[in-house]
Formats: sequence, C-alpha cells, structure tokens
Amino acid sequence: MASGIRIKAKLNGDQAEVKTLMKHNMETGTAKDKKTGETIPAHYITEVKAELNGKLVMTANWGPAVSKNPYFAFNINGAKAGDTLTVSWMDNKGETASEQTTLS
Amino acid sequence: MGVSRRLFLRGAAAAAALMALPRALLAWPEKAFKAGSSDDAMQALFGTTDASASSAVVLSAPDIAENGRVVPVSVSSTLDGVESISIIVEQNPSPLAASFDLGPGAVADVSTRLKMGKTSNVIAVVKADGKLYTATKEVKVTIGGCGG
Repeated sequence: MASGIRIKAKLNGDQAEVKTLMKHNMETGTAKDKKTGETIPAHYITEVKAELNGKLVMTANWGPAVSKNPYFAFNINGAKAGDTLTVSWMDNKGETASEQTTLS
Repeated sequence: MGVSRRLFLRGAAAAAALMALPRALLAWPEKAFKAGSSDDAMQALFGTTDASASSAVVLSAPDIAENGRVVPVSVSSTLDGVESISIIVEQNPSPLAASFDLGPGAVADVSTRLKMGKTSNVIAVVKADGKLYTATKEVKVTIGGCGG
C-alpha cells in the first residue's frame, strides 16, 4: 500500500463497481501555514487513470477543488473475474502513484 | 569516469523532465481549470457554452453541506454516447472542479468529493454525441469559523 491508493472493486454480473481512495493533501495554493503564515504551494492530483487489463477505461482530470484524500467511484461494463484493474494518478509536481487489483 | 557518470545522470534527468512535461501539459486542460468563471471554463473545455438542461443528467449532491471541504457529488446519465462528465462549482475561485473522460466500457456514473468555498450552484455537464447537457443544483455551505 505504499502507493496510498485503496481500491475496492465489486463485480455485479459483468459490471464492476469500483471505489477508490487516494492519499493526497490536495493543496489549493491559497491556504496559509498557521504557524509561519506562509502560503502553502499548490500541490494536487491533476490526472487519474483507470485501466482494465491495460486498456484505458476512464481519465479523470482534476483541479484543486477535489477534496483532500480524494474519493473517486466509477463503474465499468464488460468486466469479469480475473481482470486486472489499475488506478494511477499524477499530480501537478509530476509525482505519480499506481495501484493494481484483480477483480473477483 | 566520475564525470561521465554525472553527465549521464544529468542527461537522463533532463530527458525524463522533457518527456514528463509535454504529457502533463497536453493531457490536463490547464486553461479550463484556471478559468475564473463557469462560462470561461466551459469555453476552454468544450469550445462552446451552448448547453441544454436535461433530465437525463442526474446530479446528486446534498442540499446543505455542513463542511464545505468535503461535499459528496455524484453525476450519472442515461444518455447514449456519453463522452465526458464535468463538474463545475459556480462560486469557487476556479469553478471547474473535475472532468471525467469516458473510454470504452466506462459507465456514465461517477462520484467524488469536492471543496466548496461557499453556497453555490453545482453544475454537471455531460457531453454526449458532441452535445452538452446539464443539471444544476444549489448546495448551501455552512462553514463554522469561516464566517459562512
């Protein structure tokens, strides 16, 4: 779980119901540090990709208005047990994380 | 030997930076996310602000959000050929909050949690078959300690 991404996927027939949680501060760039009074630089996830067996299913483009430790739920048609689901993100500093799970 | 290694590493780092940069710039619609109004964001994202309200777009969000930092928002649609789903918070400094591009297999049904600075209309914009359809809902934000 070093990626900080948690994936929960449930198969209903051939539809996969996917819920994800990502550990990220999602700093807007407008908040100030309470101790130093300095503005905390913007640091937020800009792009999330979901892939099923390596095929891109969904791309989410985000701004800083997505809440801290983002929650993202979506559904995929045509999924089956044994399929590999990959969720990855990239932030505005170019940092990335990726997590993989097998549907069951 | 030490020099060539350093040079190699520097070169590799520069190459990596060059490769990473265009990807980030091309994929992420920066102009739309930096836009200061809903119309500007839509213009930047879709090239038009022409959209019609549709009952086939279902936006679910709370009537009252006690904590503006975490407002659950879901958007789904029964329209055929949904290409993307975007969520705009009208009164936020940068109204465009999120935009989801649907690939093959993706269901037009997404949920996330958003920050809202104050009471605002939340607009879901669904692009289907090249046309824009919207659903709007006002969410009242009561933030303790922030003069809300």
